[in-house]
Amino acid sequence: MSIRVHNVSRRFGATTALEPLSLDIAAGEMVGLLGPSGSGKTTLLRIIAGLETPDSGTIHFGDRDVTRVHVRKRRVGFVFQHYALFHHMSVFENVAFGLRARPAAERPDNDEIKRRVRHLLERVKLDSMAERLPAQLSGGQQQRVALARALAVEPEVLLLDEPFGALDTRVRVELRRWLRHLHEEFGFTSVFVTHDQEEALELSDRVVVMSDGRIEQVEAPATLYRSPANRFVFSFLGETNRFEGEFHHGRLVNGEAWISVDARPGAADEVLMRPHELVVTTEPDEMAHLPARVDAISPVGSDVRLELSAEWMRHPWQVSLAHHEHERLGLERGSHCWLRPTRLHRFERS
Amino acid sequence: MRARVLPGFTLSLGVTLLFVSLILLLPMTSLVGQLAGLSWSQYWAAITDPRLLASYRVTLLAAATASLFNALFGLLLAWVLARYAFPGKRVLDALMDLPFALPTAVAGITLATLYSRNGAIGALLAPYGIEIAYSWLGIALAMAFTSVPFVVRTVQPVLEDLPTRTDEAALTLGASNFYAFRRVIWPHIRPAVITGTGLSFARSLGEFGAVIFIAGNMPYETEVVSLMLATRLEEYDYAGAAAIASVVMLVSLLLLLAINLWQGRFYRRLHGGSFPG
Repeated sequence: MSIRVHNVSRRFGATTALEPLSLDIAAGEMVGLLGPSGSGKTTLLRIIAGLETPDSGTIHFGDRDVTRVHVRKRRVGFVFQHYALFHHMSVFENVAFGLRARPAAERPDNDEIKRRVRHLLERVKLDSMAERLPAQLSGGQQQRVALARALAVEPEVLLLDEPFGALDTRVRVELRRWLRHLHEEFGFTSVFVTHDQEEALELSDRVVVMSDGRIEQVEAPATLYRSPANRFVFSFLGETNRFEGEFHHGRLVNGEAWISVDARPGAADEVLMRPHELVVTTEPDEMAHLPARVDAISPVGSDVRLELSAEWMRHPWQVSLAHHEHERLGLERGSHCWLRPTRLHRFERS
Repeated sequence: MRARVLPGFTLSLGVTLLFVSLILLLPMTSLVGQLAGLSWSQYWAAITDPRLLASYRVTLLAAATASLFNALFGLLLAWVLARYAFPGKRVLDALMDLPFALPTAVAGITLATLYSRNGAIGALLAPYGIEIAYSWLGIALAMAFTSVPFVVRTVQPVLEDLPTRTDEAALTLGASNFYAFRRVIWPHIRPAVITGTGLSFARSLGEFGAVIFIAGNMPYETEVVSLMLATRLEEYDYAGAAAIASVVMLVSLLLLLAINLWQGRFYRRLHGGSFPG
């Protein structure tokens, strides 16, 4: 089922949680709401669910206007940040809750409830834990119970608030893949909230980047990463090295350091680079003159990460390079080197 | 003995036991000492005196009414304090403890003045034939007043502990308000409500100061057990007083013990200590 958010805004007292914003989500799509805390992403999710009422605007599920429809009639699955499981009920009863809560006329009979819950528990690989209480499960297992509970009512829209926030990295990666599979199998439309850009980029068909109650950009992950709309989106999506200076004869200069760039009217006097968009060399070249000192070297997975400092840097820079490159250069802590950007990002002055 | 990381076990346990001995065990021993002067038949006669039996009935009836009323009213107060923000919430929260701080005699006299036939509230009820002061209803009222904090203060933290997310989860799953309360909130707070009500009941059984001013103290009708006890003391019948005291104490002790055992079992289950099945 498609979701259409039109001109929705929300204030809490004097603070504006959401500026009027609109968003269209196609049926079967998986959309991540990404932003720092206080960006309004959770408020937007709760408004879609019906847990919060907007001050203005409308919400449509398909052709149905649900703006004034109570949360219990919206038929959305909602997975809460800390799962909000019913702690006095067994795993089985937690999952069965939505079915048992139906009015008698719509309620499936006991055998049918049992069959459906069993089936869901098998899908989330918790069939052996049916009689346990939530407190006896690990965080990842509790998360899966929360998902099964939300899916038991066969929602066409699944909403997840920071679904993997409280889990350790390994479990998180595993659950992400699993959620992706589930999404493809059940075909529901999902919207999830996260502050973790990696999670948003990996899981979503499209990412909605938010800040200060506004939508900054809506884009497919690959496009988003390649062409961020503005400086906020760029710096929020990954680690950023920043070079600021003054324009002089086609160069951006800061003390002894400079980079060749053409002065564009309206452009801020800074350029930005990702850690992998820098090459470490043993001598300067004609495009850039960036001397630096190696402060720390840490091998992380397939890359070696260098932390660099220099007088002209306001914050230390991060550079990642391949292992063989690192061996060829023979760098150590305290070594001096030169940097050459392979790509520069420039944004309008904000 | 195993070495302990936290210091002061011996000293603190020693001081605790000393205090328990001085404040609880010593008076209880002297109570038993008083009872030793009685034969079994004398003891039985002392605790089954008809006037005393009538007072058991009045006390139990009033205490049960008071604690049931408090279960409902206290739950409502705790709910309001735990779930909503409103101006004056801090004041209301502080007022909750007033019955503990106020001398019970003051409460009794105030209630008696308000609810007597020509009191501010009593005058309103008199035309309908409802008499509160000097009837068992007055006793229940005084008991309810002095013991309502037990319910509020046991339920309130448990409710605050239950995140609103849990109710929201029930609602997103399609539950009606009543269904969500019955299956999600009530099981969570039930032990606290029962504990609070039990404490309120135990306190009401022994209430003296607030009750005697509003009870009227008519033999066979509005005399409470604690008044009978005081009467025995005034008559220098220490053994008889001790006999009554032993009954009150035994009932209270059994009640509190039952509550504690039951509550312990519930919390072990909730926090995953035991694997059912």
